[in-house]
Amino acid sequence: MLLQGNEAVVEGALRAGCRFFAGYPITPATEISEILSIKLPQVDGTFIQMEDEIASIGAVVGASLAGVKSMTATSGPGFSLMQENLGFAIIAEVPCVIVNVMRGGPGTGLPTFPSQSDVMQARWGTHGDHPAIVLSASTVRECYDMTINAFNFSEKFRTPVVLLIDEVVAHMREKIVVSDGEGIEIFNRVKPTVPPEWYIPYEDTPSGIPAMANFGEGYRYHVTGLTHDIRGFPTSRPDEIGPFIDRLHRKISQHFSEIQMAEFFQTEDAEITIVAYGCVARSAKRAMLEAREKGIRVGLLKLVTIWPFVRSAVEKVLQISKILLVPEMNMGQVSREVKRVNRGMAKVFTLNKVDGTIITPEEILNRITEVS
Amino acid sequence: MGEVTKLIHKYLRHDKKFPHVWCPGCGIGIMLGALIRAIDRIGFDKDEVVLVSGIGCSGRLPVYVDFNTLHTTHGRALTFATGVKLAKPILKVIVIMGDGDAVAIGGNHFIHAARRNIDVTSIILNNSIYGMTGGQYSPTTPYGMRSSTTVYSNIEQAFKISELAVTAGAVFVGRGTVYHAKLLDNLIEKAILKPGFSVVEVIAHCHTQYGKQNRLGTAVEMMEWQRDHAVTVEKSATLKPEELRDQIVIGVLVDKELPVYQDEYEKIRERAKAAMGR
Repeated sequence: MLLQGNEAVVEGALRAGCRFFAGYPITPATEISEILSIKLPQVDGTFIQMEDEIASIGAVVGASLAGVKSMTATSGPGFSLMQENLGFAIIAEVPCVIVNVMRGGPGTGLPTFPSQSDVMQARWGTHGDHPAIVLSASTVRECYDMTINAFNFSEKFRTPVVLLIDEVVAHMREKIVVSDGEGIEIFNRVKPTVPPEWYIPYEDTPSGIPAMANFGEGYRYHVTGLTHDIRGFPTSRPDEIGPFIDRLHRKISQHFSEIQMAEFFQTEDAEITIVAYGCVARSAKRAMLEAREKGIRVGLLKLVTIWPFVRSAVEKVLQISKILLVPEMNMGQVSREVKRVNRGMAKVFTLNKVDGTIITPEEILNRITEVS
Repeated sequence: MGEVTKLIHKYLRHDKKFPHVWCPGCGIGIMLGALIRAIDRIGFDKDEVVLVSGIGCSGRLPVYVDFNTLHTTHGRALTFATGVKLAKPILKVIVIMGDGDAVAIGGNHFIHAARRNIDVTSIILNNSIYGMTGGQYSPTTPYGMRSSTTVYSNIEQAFKISELAVTAGAVFVGRGTVYHAKLLDNLIEKAILKPGFSVVEVIAHCHTQYGKQNRLGTAVEMMEWQRDHAVTVEKSATLKPEELRDQIVIGVLVDKELPVYQDEYEKIRERAKAAMGR
């Protein structure tokens, strides 16, 4: 299939079992809405265009509570509007997927130009202490795979998952091969097996993830955005609040190795490793190959999971490379994390571009020549 | 224990630690009683009822009753309810909101849910004030009244929630008061049974905040005001606008038929599948 990134997101979502979409038109994410409005009713799913992005994520959370895998798609300004209800989904532990096709900001910013400026918003956009799972994609195939992963993680860990893609990847067309026979694993939320009177909806478990009952299946329980006890009822007791917030973080942190994805390209002998994600990883790969032709030993660490930050992958390249270069289409959102992990082991250089144009292989190559 | 109390206990969550958060004399309890009596008369199974609320005094209502309950964010209850209903249309979705919840922060969602004719019932407790946060003026605080953020006087005009619902396209709109409890039972029952977007506006008193700041007396005195200022829809038709200025028109304001969203969407699914076959 010759697909656009946004189309691959749709195909991945349907494959993952998404049957509900609520959204509001916004460039450059609109194709996801348009195509799902055609395809969801064909598979007995539901598409609805809401009055704004706040309503969109509200409907998505509601549909998920009723037992249907749900998703919305947006861009910067819409993602800002979604933040409060995103926090609701985190505290109430409701699985859902939010695709943010990033554009330049702040404000209305650059609706049709690419950017990677929502990395930190995806981590800290909603208020309060909370974990976050945020994935990225640098190819059309990855748009498909990471949408499926986003649904799997959301169902498994009972949390919203954000997929950050940029306008370049979203609108780029590439050939991808997807056959039904492929061994793609689809994860569905674990439901309670105990009788309703034994069900404790926010019980701590070895995995930190409680079983989730859907509305209407006999397990009547309370869902609230207030800090709650294990039965779901609001609490103001410090001995219940602390363990709850702790579990919210622990259910993600004790599964880091499962969530964190990164790819290494020729890092084994690299003097310089480029750390990149999204469309910049494509330019970085090309720059890496050209640098090697010139005799500079360059490697590439491509981040696929953005949050939780793939610390172990960065630590691995720090064992080999004395120079790290982090090119990104923002003022330095991931490079700050790389520096945090680095702690003086290597020199970390940045290459930041925020003028609405992509970072080219030449620009990365020039920067490599500068710093090497 | 009286029959009415027994009935209420049948629907309360006894594993929830009482007492509830509401002030003694609050009208929310009367509204909850009316809701329970209506649901019991209809005979719904507890499992098929989803009670959704926003934030505020009214937002705390669902936690006390034994249904599928969902306490959402401020003003957004109808958006969550839309998702629940469309994802699983067999569920009976009832949304509880306050006046600030429904027509200030959630005003946009309210008119759009009405326009779409989503099959949910909205029960809006209108006490003309933000009670939980300490008595700030709301979109239904009347002109000239006091609140903790209009200590000199409220200079804004008030929304009429029921009339707004009628204009936005709700297929059933009723208004009652917490004084007229039997009417409230009936209005809520009719609203729940009505396919499509139905609204019951419940005029209530907040003696703790609104009453105190405007020297309107005790809860009982404020309920007596409701009794003395209520006019039925039928009688209001015979009165001149100036005679209705200070009155609350109670009863069924609208009861009409329009295509329901989920039924229309089912047709879309059939068309989509037919198009796929071609």
